[in-house]
Amino acid sequence: MSAGPLAQVTTLPSVAPAGGSVWLPPRAEGAAAEIDAVFYFIYWVSVFFFVLIVVLMVYFVIRYRRRVESEQPRGGAAHNTRLEITWSVIPLILVVVMFYLGFRGYMDLVNPPAGAMDIQVLAQKWSWNFTYPNGHDDAELHLPAGRNARLVLTSNDVIHSFYVPAFRKKCDAVPGRYTYLWLRDLKPGEYLALCAEYCGTGHSDMLTRVQVHDPADFQKWLSEASDPFRTRSYAEVGRLLVARRCASCHSVDGRAGVGPTFKGLYGHPVRLQDGSTVTADENYLRDSILYPARQVVAGYGPVMPTFRGQLRDREITAIIEYLKELADHANR
Amino acid sequence: MSVLNPTIVLDQPAPAPAGVNYLTHTRGLRSWLLTIDHKRIGVMYLVSILAAFLLGGIFAILVRTELLGPAKTIVTADTYNQFFTLHGAIMIFLVIIPSIPAALGNFVLPIMLGAKDLAFPRVNLLSYYLYLLGALLAVVSIVSGSMDTGWTFYPPYAIDSAHARFGGVIPVLLGVFVLGFSSILTGLNFIVTIHKLRPPGMGWFRLPLFLWSLYATSVIQVLATPVLGVTVLLLILERALRFGVFHPGLGGDPLLYQHFFWFYSHPAVYIMILPAMGIISELVSVFSRKHIFGYHFIAFSSIAIAVFGFFVWGHHMFVSGQSPLVTVLFSLLTYSVSIPSAVKVFNWLATMHGGSISLRTPMLYALAFIFMFGIGGLTGLFLGALATDVHLHDTYFVVAHFHYTMMGGTLIAMLGGLHYWWPKITGRMYNETWGRVAFVLVFLGFNVTFFPQFIMGSRGMPRRYFNYPPEFTAFHQLSTLGAYLMAIGFVIIAGYLLHSLFRGRPAPGNPWGGATLEWQCSSPPPPDNFATQPVAGDPYDFRALEYDPGSGGYVMRPSAGARPAS
Repeated sequence: MSAGPLAQVTTLPSVAPAGGSVWLPPRAEGAAAEIDAVFYFIYWVSVFFFVLIVVLMVYFVIRYRRRVESEQPRGGAAHNTRLEITWSVIPLILVVVMFYLGFRGYMDLVNPPAGAMDIQVLAQKWSWNFTYPNGHDDAELHLPAGRNARLVLTSNDVIHSFYVPAFRKKCDAVPGRYTYLWLRDLKPGEYLALCAEYCGTGHSDMLTRVQVHDPADFQKWLSEASDPFRTRSYAEVGRLLVARRCASCHSVDGRAGVGPTFKGLYGHPVRLQDGSTVTADENYLRDSILYPARQVVAGYGPVMPTFRGQLRDREITAIIEYLKELADHANR
Repeated sequence: MSVLNPTIVLDQPAPAPAGVNYLTHTRGLRSWLLTIDHKRIGVMYLVSILAAFLLGGIFAILVRTELLGPAKTIVTADTYNQFFTLHGAIMIFLVIIPSIPAALGNFVLPIMLGAKDLAFPRVNLLSYYLYLLGALLAVVSIVSGSMDTGWTFYPPYAIDSAHARFGGVIPVLLGVFVLGFSSILTGLNFIVTIHKLRPPGMGWFRLPLFLWSLYATSVIQVLATPVLGVTVLLLILERALRFGVFHPGLGGDPLLYQHFFWFYSHPAVYIMILPAMGIISELVSVFSRKHIFGYHFIAFSSIAIAVFGFFVWGHHMFVSGQSPLVTVLFSLLTYSVSIPSAVKVFNWLATMHGGSISLRTPMLYALAFIFMFGIGGLTGLFLGALATDVHLHDTYFVVAHFHYTMMGGTLIAMLGGLHYWWPKITGRMYNETWGRVAFVLVFLGFNVTFFPQFIMGSRGMPRRYFNYPPEFTAFHQLSTLGAYLMAIGFVIIAGYLLHSLFRGRPAPGNPWGGATLEWQCSSPPPPDNFATQPVAGDPYDFRALEYDPGSGGYVMRPSAGARPAS
């Protein structure tokens, strides 16, 4: 993917693309192979015991079926302590092995090595924000293949959970504290990240793209993404920002979402919850981004979080320029 | 330890004079609403719980219908979120927790002890009205349409929820608080009754295993439920008065809530599953006509599950950010619960070995329980192991695991128990053929609904999703199809059970050949259960019973009087 850092932001990668096994999607992270091995160890132990139980059950039902209602069984032992201890101890040994395997894999997950690249992850309803070491922040997670990365997660509002099935990892993002997740030996490609902790209306749309680059491409991406205005017009940057930051709630094609559509919004009257009507001009749009609770559009809930401190002035201007373009298209 | 068989007083379950039984000896609404007869209270619980099950089931069908396709199918995201919240809250708090103990336990427990009633009959009636009050408060939140937090009420979401009207979660939390008292009082009542009202001849190890399981359940109810009460009260205060215990914006800690909540709610799943296991022990033994295998192991495994169950709550928080050390300890402790569960399954199978197995409807449910609880239990192993749980946590894998244990386990056992004791409760036999037909639908429907969810989950489908990646569509449609099949099965069950009330063949005292004491009184039982206190023998010794083709039931063999019960 060399089409540029911000391309194709609206089509998300598949969560479970072809490949992998029946049970598990393809792997893209260093620890995933070991996790899958633990999964399949438990899986085959479970299959063995389940088949054993069902075969015995069916066999007994057929073999010992009651032929006449007055039948008396031959009877049999009412207990056999040695047998019962055996079938307590064998599962005990097996589950201790399972615990140990799970424990070993987990230790690998929670102990990041020194020198990992820290990426700050801020979750909020219903988007992700990733801040890279150079201060650039982005709605998508981009990672270099050759380097360990540590995600430092927190949340702006309620509890969310950052989950990438291809990495076999998830971690809650909790308001008021930091949690950690680290990644190693990443395979270049595109993956889907999802929110796994219920967070309200847009929970199931709180998805984003994870892109693992070759190391050189990552640097190129980062420097380009850090200054999108260098090569793009305001409206073009605005389109990309809307796709990444706003699109999970606001459509650009007229469909109603969690929030009103952006299509044909600029310059048109908007009915508010309190019954008044305003015109969607630059100042209205700017206020709605920074202070969303002040002017709630009729028919929608006051659910939008503020983007104060997250969008720079120039970016807000870019979004407004893009909305102007959308309104023009709608009028044409 | 040999006790003479009590044939002297009770060998002939003499049919009570026509019309005199607990259903008919007094009449009128008042005689029901103010009754202190455990049997009538049990029946009232049964009716209430089945009504709640219908309501929760309607929400389940709505949830599954919405998920027929990605994005909007029939309702908006907000409505969907309310549907799954109400489905969960109703099914957990109003159906599964009280189902077996409060309905079937209430009816059967005193009779199994040969007692006239529970130790505190009036407290029992109070429990019922508390249940009703709690249920009404929960229904208020349905009418107000403002509950969208999931049944777990996690803060800060539950405190900030933007959709809240009428105080948001407050009515339902008050409901849960009141229901907790109902549960505690029932638990206390059962504990005291089992301690004090056992008949002569019934030492602790002559107790039917259903009663061991109810005893273990009651201990959890009494010890864990107060924590839930405190927790929801704190959440109410947090919501109403901005207290600052759980909300990080007010200086609270949302993980503290999760610890409190799961300290109750994990043991609560054993409140749900233990009585189910007790029923299965009865059914497997009676319908195999063979002494339960390993009585002591089964009895102690109930107690072990109740005890271990208190120390595993942290496994709900493996990815919450709690300390890794705590996480590791909880993983180890979690596995401790799997052993007593496995022991029970092996013992049930051993009970069937060499028996005389009758595939009547209750036994079909018992076999289905072993099948589905087997899957539910084994998939728990994936979630107990830390490395795999980090991937599977909060996905459909958990949803499927939970439903395999709670619905495939508890609810299926409840149905088995309902069919088993239906003749005793109502005095009527249901149609066996329809029973089997409905069973097949429920069994197939259940597995078609929930098995695909394991695969969805391990491939990365998170739970509580309104919209979903299109590659999961086929799995979701299969799952919904299964839910419809199950619904048809439940409608058939309701149909033939209701039909039996009016047209069913009158039930004999002991239609299945059970040896526990409830089968020694008539069906339905007389108001006081027993004319004189019976003497208990071995509850799993079936040799003294003889089939009587005339009544279609079992009677005590006349010559069995001197047989020592081994």
